[in-house]
Amino acid sequence: MIWSQLPQFFVSGLTSGSIYALIALGFGIIHNATGIVNFAQGEFVMLGAMTMISLTQVIGLPLFIAFPLAVLAVMAVGWLMEIGPIRRARSDSILILVMITVGASITIRETAMHIWGKTPRTLPPFSGDEPLVLGNAAILPQTLWILGITLLVVVLLSFFFSRTMVGKAMRAVAENRRGAALIGIGVYRMTLLSFVLSGGIGAVAGIIITPITTMSYSAGIMLALKGFAAAILGGYGSMKGAVLGGLLLGAMETFGAGFVSSAYKDAFAFLILLLVLFIRPTGLFGKEEIKRV
Amino acid sequence: MAQSAMLQLAADSLQLTAKDFYRQSKVAACCQLLAASFITPCSLLAGSRTFTMTRTRKKWIYFFGLATVVALLPLVVKGGYYLLVLNIIAINGLVVLGLNLLIGFAGQISLGHAAFFGMGAYFSSIFTTMYNTPPWATLLAVMVFTALVAYLLGIPTLRLAGHYLVMATLGFNIILYILMVQMEYWTGGPSGLSGIPPLHLGSFPIQGDLHYYWLLWGFFLAVFFLSLNLVDSRMGRALRAIHENELVANALGVNTERYKVIIFAISAAYASLAGSLYAHYLSFISPKTFDIFYSVQIVTMVVVGGIGNLWGGLLGAAVLTALPEVLHAMRDYAALLYGVILMGVLVFFPEGLLPGLVKLWSERRAAKTVASD
Repeated sequence: MIWSQLPQFFVSGLTSGSIYALIALGFGIIHNATGIVNFAQGEFVMLGAMTMISLTQVIGLPLFIAFPLAVLAVMAVGWLMEIGPIRRARSDSILILVMITVGASITIRETAMHIWGKTPRTLPPFSGDEPLVLGNAAILPQTLWILGITLLVVVLLSFFFSRTMVGKAMRAVAENRRGAALIGIGVYRMTLLSFVLSGGIGAVAGIIITPITTMSYSAGIMLALKGFAAAILGGYGSMKGAVLGGLLLGAMETFGAGFVSSAYKDAFAFLILLLVLFIRPTGLFGKEEIKRV
Repeated sequence: MAQSAMLQLAADSLQLTAKDFYRQSKVAACCQLLAASFITPCSLLAGSRTFTMTRTRKKWIYFFGLATVVALLPLVVKGGYYLLVLNIIAINGLVVLGLNLLIGFAGQISLGHAAFFGMGAYFSSIFTTMYNTPPWATLLAVMVFTALVAYLLGIPTLRLAGHYLVMATLGFNIILYILMVQMEYWTGGPSGLSGIPPLHLGSFPIQGDLHYYWLLWGFFLAVFFLSLNLVDSRMGRALRAIHENELVANALGVNTERYKVIIFAISAAYASLAGSLYAHYLSFISPKTFDIFYSVQIVTMVVVGGIGNLWGGLLGAAVLTALPEVLHAMRDYAALLYGVILMGVLVFFPEGLLPGLVKLWSERRAAKTVASD
């Protein structure tokens, strides 16, 4: 009987996996530009959802206007974070910068608590909640939105990084910061752009998942953790790895919940992650780092 | 400082090549660590004229200063609440001390130390409440066991670098947290364990905040003393070399993998000791204390105090443990302010609060002398 649920597991794994993939992409973009782990990535996700809720339910804007506005608002938060604490930091030590993002994440989270309160909030689904039944699986319309929008973001990002001048410049910075500066790329501007971009992607993830899972001011932590795990699983900094790592983590979680036990589903996912790391120390698609003296 | 560490290390390697054969064994490394902890103060008493010795002497003067402050503090500080905060500082200080050795000297970041802290607390509690084992023996056995687990975990984990190491330790912490919540028969589930027996010294029961103040700070000072020695031992120099540049250290003949794993195990043992003491002190534990937030908090204390500065670590533990208590009056805004202050400290004192303040102070003093001239 558990086998008949397989398609359903597959669908829900794909859904949460898409969200993890988006968050992992956000982690990867900032990492490539700066080398740091942005602990506030989950707060970007939460902020996107909360702003969207305010725009649609308090101001009453229609969905298709509120969506881009909410994304822009979180991009602005990313921008502020970079020109504020990150750029002002009197250190270029990775650990210090990472701990500054921890501080930023606490600050954003607590500010959100004062604005939106502690009760979880939700958004109505984008287009009804009549599930489509496909064989043994019931698919919510929102799931299709999630898959579609994730796909769109991934396609746009890969276009951005492979076809546009700015995207190529960002890749150059990721490859070699000093080299990029030498050929005239504004490294600081690329760092700023990476925070803005990550904010935007995080916001998209938050907005599309909220109709299914609800959102509260503290929900960003767990989402960020999963996104980070996904990015590590795929190979930190690799865009392809982020997407596949996200989907894989989503699948591991749902299958773990189905076949092992739902209480231990996270433990199961992280156990597999550890095993993967022991076998492949730089994730599935990570580049082996060459050490120089 | 990095260069001098390298030079000293090179000198060590030359002098001790004959003994290196013996040094290959892990047991030997631990003996060496213990021996080093006692040799330094002995040579201090014997008196020596070299530069490093005067630095060492200064270090012990500071240490005895700290011990005096600890001894005198209860005369000033009255009331259970303040003692409680001081006691928690000692416990956090112990965990920070171990983690500082790992981050500051071996350059390895762990976001999983709450797991080792929790292992100490839970194993001590489970054995003493369910099987009535003697608390002190249990504490010691759990410490050894936790160090062993860390050692075995460290072998595959410490091969990882950077963010991957962070993820692995984080993952370990999450798995252990889930076990604490789910294995209800042993751990009491989310509501935790209570009725953990207090410790005894002989037949003398240790109860109340003041008794525990002496016990916890006594332990802290003892471990601090050991750690100060460890840092200036051959092992400490080897670790600092690893921190500066792992490849160079390796080329100089430091068995980097072995040292990293050993220091990981030592720092886990510190956390386990702190955990056991915590459990006996508060007589109640629940999984929430041992989640990844505690791990992050401990790393924050290390970074805020000053990476690789054991005195700074103590300051970081003290400031960040007391800060939420001070901010308590701000009610809902306490956590927000905590975040802002954390960011501010890191932005303006990236080398850590203690080194930053010392630099600021000496700069001012220099400015004053210039002005008076």
